[in-house]
Amino acid sequence: MDTRVHSPAAALGDSGIPITLQLNGFSHTARVEPWVTLLDLLREEAHLTGTKKGCDHGQCGACTVLLDGKRVNSCLQLAVSVDGSAVQTIEGLAESGEGGGLDPLQQAFMDHDAFQCGYCTPGQICSARGLIAEGKARTREEVRELMSGNLCRCGAYTNITDAVMSVLQREGLAK
Amino acid sequence: MNRFEYARAADAGEAVRLASGSAMRFLAGGTNLVDLLKENVERPTKVIDIRRLPLAGITATDDGGLRLGALATNADTAWHPEVEARYPLLSSAILAGASPQLRNAATNGGNLNQRTRCYYFYDTAAACNKREPGSGCSAIGGVTRIHAILGSSEACIATHPSDMCVALAALEATVRVQGPSGERSIAFADYHRLPGDDPSRDNQLADGELVTAIDLPAEGYATHYTYLKLRDRLSYAFALVSVAVGLRLDEAGRIVTGRVALGGVAHKPWREPRAEALLEGQAPSQALFLQVADSLLLGAVGRGGNDFKIELARKAIVRALRQAAAGTPQSQTDKRVA
Ligand SMILES: Cc1cc2nc3c(=O)[nH]c(=O)nc-3n(C[C@H](O)[C@H](O)[C@H](O)COP(=O)(O)OP(=O)(O)OC[C@H]3O[C@@H](n4cnc5c(N)ncnc54)[C@H](O)[C@@H]3O)c2cc1C
Ligand code: SF4
Ligand code: FES
Ligand code: FES
Repeated sequence: MDTRVHSPAAALGDSGIPITLQLNGFSHTARVEPWVTLLDLLREEAHLTGTKKGCDHGQCGACTVLLDGKRVNSCLQLAVSVDGSAVQTIEGLAESGEGGGLDPLQQAFMDHDAFQCGYCTPGQICSARGLIAEGKARTREEVRELMSGNLCRCGAYTNITDAVMSVLQREGLAK
Repeated sequence: MNRFEYARAADAGEAVRLASGSAMRFLAGGTNLVDLLKENVERPTKVIDIRRLPLAGITATDDGGLRLGALATNADTAWHPEVEARYPLLSSAILAGASPQLRNAATNGGNLNQRTRCYYFYDTAAACNKREPGSGCSAIGGVTRIHAILGSSEACIATHPSDMCVALAALEATVRVQGPSGERSIAFADYHRLPGDDPSRDNQLADGELVTAIDLPAEGYATHYTYLKLRDRLSYAFALVSVAVGLRLDEAGRIVTGRVALGGVAHKPWREPRAEALLEGQAPSQALFLQVADSLLLGAVGRGGNDFKIELARKAIVRALRQAAAGTPQSQTDKRVA
């Protein structure tokens, strides 16, 4: 396990329930009230603002992170309930490529111009990372269906599908 | 969101003990409860976190069926090799619902107990007998596109939103629960309630009772089945109408037994044993399927905005029966309907 520490215990308030997360490879300790969501903890407490708050109700996918390796909507998770879990956000993906560089999905999104306003993009990329780990999508149709939890108001869907397909092809996973 | 106390249970016994004597809600995947907490629709004084309960397994039962743990996620259930091979109707229905992110968090127990998506139920400024008993029903005389055409009452016309439950009804699953007075089993057909004059109760769970598992019988209709879901867009939307069908055919191609359940039309997945009996011993035909549809929809009433659902359901039932009889189930990836 990674033993690097992200936020020193001394910096914490003294109310709330103590929790520890493995956050992008760092151990992160915090005290949280039971009603704080994982999304708010990431943005407000850990200052990882790459994860976006869109609808805050599970409807848009902007807040998608990888929780113990699986993509979930962080707006619908209570932080107390994910105590002990590993969380990976877009900031963590940015260091996960070869030699600590961008994730290949991030590069593919740039290469295929798969975004316009960028608000939905971190969630799209985290979701695509989860999709690849699940191993259920090999065709364009399957990518479209299994990316359907992420809405993009500006309609970059075609380019997003291109970007995800290009990574599936590179990794030998496309049909 | 209201303030609440948080407690974490390690096993089912502890969850039931913690549940006693307070306005509480169990927290499983959180995908419905956290949403309703944010909307102030649910206002428990205590939330009991059951995510760490050892109820995530999917295991064989003694009578040749399969037990789905209450804490197994919808994704793990849909993609479990035994479920895919023996109960593809269930896999297909789960994959028709919500999104990959939601299915990764949502659990089987939570799916059964998710609450209606009636917009007035979500709007705390509206009258709603389900949310606030005795306050009235804003949906009646309001916007009713997503509301019930069967089994409703003057107290409530909401539908149960689940896809998974429609398949579980057709498969005749059993819900296993544990509560302060021990364990019991509930046949799936009896699990969800019709609204009657008390729509605040969605199902038969007593206070403090926990769903521990869902048991599937040995018959999974793995060859002749379909889950057909019709909605306002092709993905990531609740059903306007859905149909789960499982048929068993003999060697001559006649129907030995048939199960049909409707979603999006009532307070619970809708089944009609008399309609299913019509299928027995018959060769599949358009005329037969129309007869079954009429029988299933007997007594259907529209409330204006949802009038279209009666004809939509009739067509969906016929199409679904044809898909199942032909062994060409609806794909949840390629949903284009010709
Ligand atoms: C945007 C969006 C779209 C969706 N689309 C669909 C769709 O198309 N089709 C569909 O079927 N669903 C859909 N859903 C609903 C989703 O499937 C449910 O929210 C989910 O299945 C609930 O499971 P959970 O484990 O997250 O439950 P939770 O939110 O944790 O709990 C839900 C309720 O069940 C109770 N509960 C949970 N577990 C137990 C138990 N073991 N025993 C007793 N009570 C329990 C809780 O107390 C709570 O009242 C959608 C949800 C969202 C947010
Ligand atoms: S239909 Fe039921 S849930 Fe909707 S407002 Fe009326 S009482 Fe409430
Ligand atoms: S912010 Fe979580 S899904 Fe929209
Ligand atoms: S990039 Fe902005 S909504 Fe999609």
